[in-house]
Amino acid sequence: MKHDSIAIVGAAETTEMGRIPELSQIGLHADAALNAMKDAGLGPKDIDGIATAGETPVTIAHYLGITPKWVDGTAVGGCSFMIHVRHAAAAIESGLAKTILITHGESGRSGVGRTRPAASAASLAGQFEAPYGPMGPPTLFTIPVLRYMKTYGLTHEQLAMVAVVQREWAAKNPRATFHDPITVDDVLNSRMIAYPFRLLQCCLVTDGGGALILTSADRAKDFPQKPVYLLGTGESVETPMVSQMEDFTSSRAFRVAGPTAFAEAGIKHSDVDHLMIYDAFAHLPIYGLEDLGFCKKGEAASFIWERNTAPGGKLPLNTNGGGLSYMHSGMYGMYALQESVRQMRGIAPAQIPGAKISVCHGVGGMFAASGTIIMTNEAGR
Amino acid sequence: MPEGQRPRPQPTPETQHFWDGTRAGELRLQRCNSCQKTYFPPRPFCPSCAAREVSVFKATGKGRLYSYVIHHRPVPGFTPPYAIAVVELDEGPRMMTNITGCPQTPEALVLDMPVEIAFEKIDDDITLPLFRPAKG
Repeated sequence: MKHDSIAIVGAAETTEMGRIPELSQIGLHADAALNAMKDAGLGPKDIDGIATAGETPVTIAHYLGITPKWVDGTAVGGCSFMIHVRHAAAAIESGLAKTILITHGESGRSGVGRTRPAASAASLAGQFEAPYGPMGPPTLFTIPVLRYMKTYGLTHEQLAMVAVVQREWAAKNPRATFHDPITVDDVLNSRMIAYPFRLLQCCLVTDGGGALILTSADRAKDFPQKPVYLLGTGESVETPMVSQMEDFTSSRAFRVAGPTAFAEAGIKHSDVDHLMIYDAFAHLPIYGLEDLGFCKKGEAASFIWERNTAPGGKLPLNTNGGGLSYMHSGMYGMYALQESVRQMRGIAPAQIPGAKISVCHGVGGMFAASGTIIMTNEAGR
Repeated sequence: MPEGQRPRPQPTPETQHFWDGTRAGELRLQRCNSCQKTYFPPRPFCPSCAAREVSVFKATGKGRLYSYVIHHRPVPGFTPPYAIAVVELDEGPRMMTNITGCPQTPEALVLDMPVEIAFEKIDDDITLPLFRPAKG
């Protein structure tokens, strides 16, 4: 991808966030899509490409009245939307489509019109993980952490601090689910879910949605919002079974997606003004900081403890409050992308003054997949 | 006794030898005839070099506790708290399992402690490969 050849010209979340029982899953997709089209000053007849996960592109295109020339139904969990952005950029650059809509909607809390399929007992995970009693992400995503703790000396207090710092960011965000400050003791005294993870180290479960509209950068000046340009992108997958990760202290998918995006962007880590790392659970920012190269192995927890990622720190991280305190519908990657766009537009509730480069890193499944998007608000960088 | 049943695996043609093995009291792994890679979960080719010539062999059933969580919420077939664990087999591959024969506590479940296979019969067709602390 050529630098700043592609721009995000529309971005919006659902009108409401948190508990939205009056909308089904497709309704949440549509609410976000309509808000993004309004944001970009476009209608359904202006959209010629669509990408989505959770629902199929067929369902969303038909529901919204879009006739696409290009579709992408990549569905690899919460980072699907990062990967959609990457695929959309390639499609626009190669002339397959001009204006692409990416949608997400999920009734994670209210469960209205959900499509999430049950895992087959004949799948590899159904045969070799399910019989041992995992019950969703809190019992699977978390499995590698004790090995990380033993390898690098990560403490329970350090793991708790991730949630404490993110609550500080959430306090600045009126749309965040939780605003009240918490302490390390509060986290360590919250209800045990799956040792070593307690309730406040696990993401929220909420309803919501989000949508993005991408087009070529040479058209971006014709749109009402400040354009946000793509600088670099990356993607990868590893395994559908967390027990089969190559390395329990590091995600191979992170180590492919992140460096691919950085190489394409041609930036150094010190160039990054703002960072989002998908935080379904408290260990993910630690793995992400290390696998993306912001910290050496084993040093990310200290980096967070020393307030480098907190308000006022040198590397603002998860400035919307993250999946731990802002919202988490199930596939959170779209909300991380929305926060990066807000930061690059200069309109985030916890705006980082003068931020020019944002890195947005997503995970899908239980370390199964990853996508990294690097954005800038500077044309011709 | 816990309420309900734990999820029952459904063997496929590519995995049937594994479940036949556990039913017979053997932990069966596969090894590539070409590059000698030992791998899991089962498949009829080598994930390292793509060779189709692979062998099934009886593993030692010994390994070490590699990582785990202790789940505190109710799940059909389980009595919380219970550990969902990963063991690293002496032959190299890792597999998810449960650890039986010891308290389900961080104090009893020490990483890298030796474990050995403890077959758990579910029904006439399915026996699960659980693990317990190794004796001596």
